[in-house]
Amino acid sequence: MTFKLVIRRLVFLVLVIWAASTIVFFIPRLSSRNALRERFGELARTGGFSPEDLEKIIANMNQQFGLDQPLLTQYWHYLGNIVRLDFGYSLYRYPSTVSDLIAQSLPWTIGLLLVTTILSFVIGNLLGAISAWPRAPGWLRGFATPFILLTGVPPVIMGILLLFFIGFRLKWLPLGGAYSVGVVPTWTWVFFFDLMRHQILPALALIFGSVGGWVLSMRGMGITIQGEDYVNFAEHKGLTAGRIFRDYYVRNAMLPQVTGFALALGTVVTSAIIVEGLFGLPGIGTMLNLAIRSNDFPTIYGIVLFITIAVAVLMTVVEFILPLLDPRIRHS
Amino acid sequence: MSTVALSPPVEKSIERPGSLVLFLRYLRRNKGLALGVIILLALVAFTVIGLLTVNTKNAYPLSVALKKPPSWKYPFGTDFFGRDLLAAMVVGMWQTAFIGVLAGGLGTLIGVFLGFISAYFGRWIDGSIRTICQILTPIPVLLIQVVIAGSLDKRDVTIVTMALIVVLLAWMGPTLVIRAQVLTMKERQFVAVAKLSGVSDLGIIFKEILPCLLPFIAAAFVAQVFVAVFASFYLAVLGLGPLREPLLGNIIWAAQSQGAFFNGWWWWPIIPSIAMILILGSLALINMGLDELANPRVRRSE
Repeated sequence: MTFKLVIRRLVFLVLVIWAASTIVFFIPRLSSRNALRERFGELARTGGFSPEDLEKIIANMNQQFGLDQPLLTQYWHYLGNIVRLDFGYSLYRYPSTVSDLIAQSLPWTIGLLLVTTILSFVIGNLLGAISAWPRAPGWLRGFATPFILLTGVPPVIMGILLLFFIGFRLKWLPLGGAYSVGVVPTWTWVFFFDLMRHQILPALALIFGSVGGWVLSMRGMGITIQGEDYVNFAEHKGLTAGRIFRDYYVRNAMLPQVTGFALALGTVVTSAIIVEGLFGLPGIGTMLNLAIRSNDFPTIYGIVLFITIAVAVLMTVVEFILPLLDPRIRHS
Repeated sequence: MSTVALSPPVEKSIERPGSLVLFLRYLRRNKGLALGVIILLALVAFTVIGLLTVNTKNAYPLSVALKKPPSWKYPFGTDFFGRDLLAAMVVGMWQTAFIGVLAGGLGTLIGVFLGFISAYFGRWIDGSIRTICQILTPIPVLLIQVVIAGSLDKRDVTIVTMALIVVLLAWMGPTLVIRAQVLTMKERQFVAVAKLSGVSDLGIIFKEILPCLLPFIAAAFVAQVFVAVFASFYLAVLGLGPLREPLLGNIIWAAQSQGAFFNGWWWWPIIPSIAMILILGSLALINMGLDELANPRVRRSE
């Protein structure tokens, strides 16, 4: 990959982040809702201060956060804050900033995402490759079929089905939450296993919900590659089936899959977040759910922007990894 | 010599079967498409018969007994808020279809329009449309939709606004697909011939290229409906839908907020989930089947 291409990718990355930030800045300002007014109106009803005080407080707040300045000045400040990953304060947990809240829940989400994404990518590609490989035994090829049938089912619904069958009917695993009620979070194995038990169903929901897609695309790639001359050549050279499968067949079919992975990142992350919310796991998803329920706008916008930036950066990283896998890109 | 009157040879008429027969025959070969169409027709029948026979008022809170498991009287049970889930499914299915078709149709229309302009006129128009699509594609669309839906006043969130929110960020896919197709179409000889014979730009677009693109547009439309149903479902599951309406995602959101599984009301989230699986499954099958119809080269090897 040439230097020029790297620069072009980076400029594109900046453009994507700028576009997302701009959309998130202007959309709420087109709306008639005023987050501050809603929040303090609510406080006024419960706390009992007069409407004049309310106006004063709002004016004060507007000044403090620069909301009384012209739109363009605000926009400029906002872009500066985004560069520093500063998304402002949470309305509901006021002294904490949105970045702090994200930092607290991020490790949970990353853990779940990393495990499920790697597992579903590996399992999906392997099953897809095998199901299209004519020399694989029939029973092995059949493994892919149930996953293909599940392709259309979103991970959230998969989560509900798993909750019903495994959590509710069989009572094997908990119905949600981060850890069992009454258990005190401590650094013990007991607590660790309890924690993991609560992660199994969400993880399965995400894996079952996304394996099918990888199986289908890998299967398609595998079918086109089988007819290629180099595969025939390898066969005529008398290479073992395992060697052909690994070095000639999967190796080449994998390349478009990695590109596909970069494109699917956005969907992967959003599904994980929604599944997290469904199971009430600690993490970005539950944080987003709570923020939506409590009209905590800065937190909603902060989460959205953070994830968008993370996805765009990850995509760029995957694209930079691609030349390491594909010598054709490396040498062109 | 008497001439033998030659009877005219009996012409064996070869009738081309009607298009319906041809379509049915094609369905026999394309099993996935057939299954998808059958499920979709069953869902449409369920909705239509339901709308005619079931009291749709029962789909709204406080209209029937609370928290009743499925029984003869309430085949799908009732929920915590006193909704009859059978009525809720009927109305919810109809609303989902409405959002899907409205958002899918609008998205496809915008996509076809932009795709044509982009590919046909080229140069800077193509460049700018393509760049905008490329910049918007990596952004997780659902999250931006969360921002839009969250910024709206709760009273403004209706079935129609849901569809519009979805459309706002879901036209890039069809635009790129149609653009690519028009680009290949443009180089074909029949278009060159039409151009040389002085057919106007509009004439070429509507009379020469558009008819050839119909299968692709149909496939793009089904894909868009899928995207729209999916996106509006996720928004509703997050609690951003029109909360009073019995939209499938709303029901799941409500069930989850009330801890339906913890309290043993299993039918509450399960019924809308099954409905959603059927809807998305049939759309996915039809989509894959249409891909094969539009592009026979991607035929599966069985």
